[in-house]
Amino acid sequence: MAYFDFCKTLTFSALLALGLGVAQPAAAFPDREVTYIIPFNAGGESDVTARLQEGPFQKITGQNFVIQYMVGAGGATAWSQLNGMQADGHLIMGINLPHLFLQPMEGTVGYKTEDITVLNVFQLTPHALIVPADSPIETLEDYIAEAKAAPGAITVAGTGSNSANQVAQLTFDKAAGIVTTYVPFTGTAATTAALLGNQVRAQWGFTTVAAEQGENVRMLAVAMEERHPLFPDVPTFKEKGIDLVGGAHRGIAVPKDTPEELRQQLSDIFSQINSDPDFRSRMEEGGYVLVDIGYEVMDEFMSELGAEYIEVGKLLGLVK
Amino acid sequence: MILEHLAASLSVANLLLALAGVTAGTVIGALPGLTATMAIAVLTPLTFTLEPSSALIALGAIYTGGIYGGCYAAILINTPGTPSSIATTLDGFPMAKRGDGDLALTLAVLASVFGGIVGALALLFISPLLAKVALAFGPVEYFWLAILGLTLVAALSEGSLIKGLIGCCFGLLIALVGTAIVGGDTRFVFGTTTLLGGVDVIVGLIGLFCIPVLIDLVATPEAHLKMSSDVRGFRLKEALSIAWKSKWNMLRSSALGTIIGILPAAGGPVASLIAYAEARRASKRPQNFGKGEPDGLIASESANNATVGGGLIPTLTLGIPGTPADAIILGALLVHGVRIGPNLFSNQSSIVYTFMFGLIIATIMMLPVGLILGRYFYRSIIVIPKAILAPGIAFLTILGTYAVHNNIYEVWLMLGLGGVGWILQKMGVPPAPIVLGLVLGPIAEQGFVQAWLIGNATGNVLGMFFGRPISIAIICVALLVLFYPAITARFARRVPDEGA
Repeated sequence: MAYFDFCKTLTFSALLALGLGVAQPAAAFPDREVTYIIPFNAGGESDVTARLQEGPFQKITGQNFVIQYMVGAGGATAWSQLNGMQADGHLIMGINLPHLFLQPMEGTVGYKTEDITVLNVFQLTPHALIVPADSPIETLEDYIAEAKAAPGAITVAGTGSNSANQVAQLTFDKAAGIVTTYVPFTGTAATTAALLGNQVRAQWGFTTVAAEQGENVRMLAVAMEERHPLFPDVPTFKEKGIDLVGGAHRGIAVPKDTPEELRQQLSDIFSQINSDPDFRSRMEEGGYVLVDIGYEVMDEFMSELGAEYIEVGKLLGLVK
Repeated sequence: MILEHLAASLSVANLLLALAGVTAGTVIGALPGLTATMAIAVLTPLTFTLEPSSALIALGAIYTGGIYGGCYAAILINTPGTPSSIATTLDGFPMAKRGDGDLALTLAVLASVFGGIVGALALLFISPLLAKVALAFGPVEYFWLAILGLTLVAALSEGSLIKGLIGCCFGLLIALVGTAIVGGDTRFVFGTTTLLGGVDVIVGLIGLFCIPVLIDLVATPEAHLKMSSDVRGFRLKEALSIAWKSKWNMLRSSALGTIIGILPAAGGPVASLIAYAEARRASKRPQNFGKGEPDGLIASESANNATVGGGLIPTLTLGIPGTPADAIILGALLVHGVRIGPNLFSNQSSIVYTFMFGLIIATIMMLPVGLILGRYFYRSIIVIPKAILAPGIAFLTILGTYAVHNNIYEVWLMLGLGGVGWILQKMGVPPAPIVLGLVLGPIAEQGFVQAWLIGNATGNVLGMFFGRPISIAIICVALLVLFYPAITARFARRVPDEGA
């Protein structure tokens, strides 16, 4: 998965550009508060990220966010209405990947992936395979060995069906040549409770879960190119010879009629927020990984990722 | 050490925040559709300028006030103001209808304050122990808990059990609409995108409860509630004596509320419904339930406020929010830079303890705030002429439904459900069993499928469903609730009837 390398290069170059003061937005925009629609519940990762983005956004533009929630159908309720909303650059909506790719494959969700104008993807929560701290499974090798000895006997919790977590489970199982039983739960809270209560053997989650749960859990591996700075002792899947790099991305989109120059400016502002040192450290403490995929390279990024998710869709049985 | 935190939470600023929070929460919770969760979501940004501990106190106060406020609409217009007060309508509204609305409101304050304090004390003293309960509850336990809740249909059926069952099945059917959590397939969406997210409980509540009330309000000439000519004040003495008589009911309901509040997938609505069922089973006058029995109201209100403290237990000790409102509080903490989860108690204990004492103080403040606001709401509902009351409530139902997801289609859905609910009610199917199915259906379904998946993987499906100690206990209680009336009737036949 080359896009991750590509993101990192981009992060670096964006930082460099900012350091030289190249990417300054024009002063006139935005000239009033910006509505930021979150398609998920208040208190979730998207909401917390938006709240933390508000401070730097204020510093950069002098304007506030008006954060609104439009919850339903795993985000589809909001995304299917996005293109009908005001398109003057003062309305943005949070987006999540792989949701934008997988939902339209499932059936009628009211939008197609290419309908959504994604401006900036600023964050990644890498996949992580997690077991309770007292689990006899100590390493990824143990996990694979146990699954091979009794195919299907390992139960692994994740949030939702056809979700990022299930994608990780299917991709990993295929690469490792094992069979496990995926048990979907509603929301991260219920999923993590099931893991801590030993209702399941393992959980497909994100590095954020481990950052929150600390000593209660053990991560067997993370789906990153290099180890996460917060967890220097946890190996990557790559180190263990399994090609699994990725996770859930978050970013913003606008209605399709939003003018081209405003799209670029908004994207630049969000890249600039990502370089705010305080914001950076808060995000990294939480287990997030910041990426900088701006509007100028979005087409390339989306089509590359889209091609990968066609394969995933086949694994899930959504694409024939 | 602990007294230090108590002193910190007693600062003038914190006391004022608790007072303001409880008042704001109560008013928002009182409006149908505007829930405690929403109150917190809306008011959270205002707390970002405060110290973390003060912000937490304000949020806790808003939360507990919001859950309590739901009883106003439940008692006065037969519409749960928040999903947690579904069971409050069952006896609260009949009491108001016969002219005892003032008594019902005062009883609701007493029960809410009591339940809230029990929950908060549990949070303060036995959190780590109780957090284990949240973890011991697996999918199969949730399944049986939902089944236990569904046995309540017998109690909610107002006369005809068959009609109650029809209502319950209708509710279960509505609960199936939308994208399935387990499996991800879409069901009964008829090619539309509106129904993809399913039917939200609040949309169902407003449509099924409030629209029939509105239609009746307009269609009949009588006053909405029976008026009492004499001013009777709060009727506090009378309420206190009733509450004292049902002290065991209050304790049991508060304990149930605390424990069910701890479970991340259950929450206030389930807690109040199960406490109601238990109160009815244990009561000497089960036949009065649903006709204005104060014990039913007390059970529901003490249980739902106990879930506030209960829900915060896994939130603060495990970093796993017990209810959606707790998830927002958790998010707000993150924004404040407070690292939640297992280490919160050791690393930032002063914030945590100040918050817990703040929550107790806010709960106590609910007593005067609730009495005064309750009296004001009651007088308004009685004094306002129907020509203003009906359109006023109609406006609130639309506003409240729209506010759930900022989605206009859900308003149409609510009105449609209201029409169906009204017709069903005319045919003798009350709204409560429908909502019971709507609330418990998803919990039962998910629990069943998850338990089946896990049981199948471990090669022991039967043991999964019938071999776990907590499951066995819940199954026994469910059987008891179902067959208790039959058993008592058998004994009653031998002993001469006391003339009930």
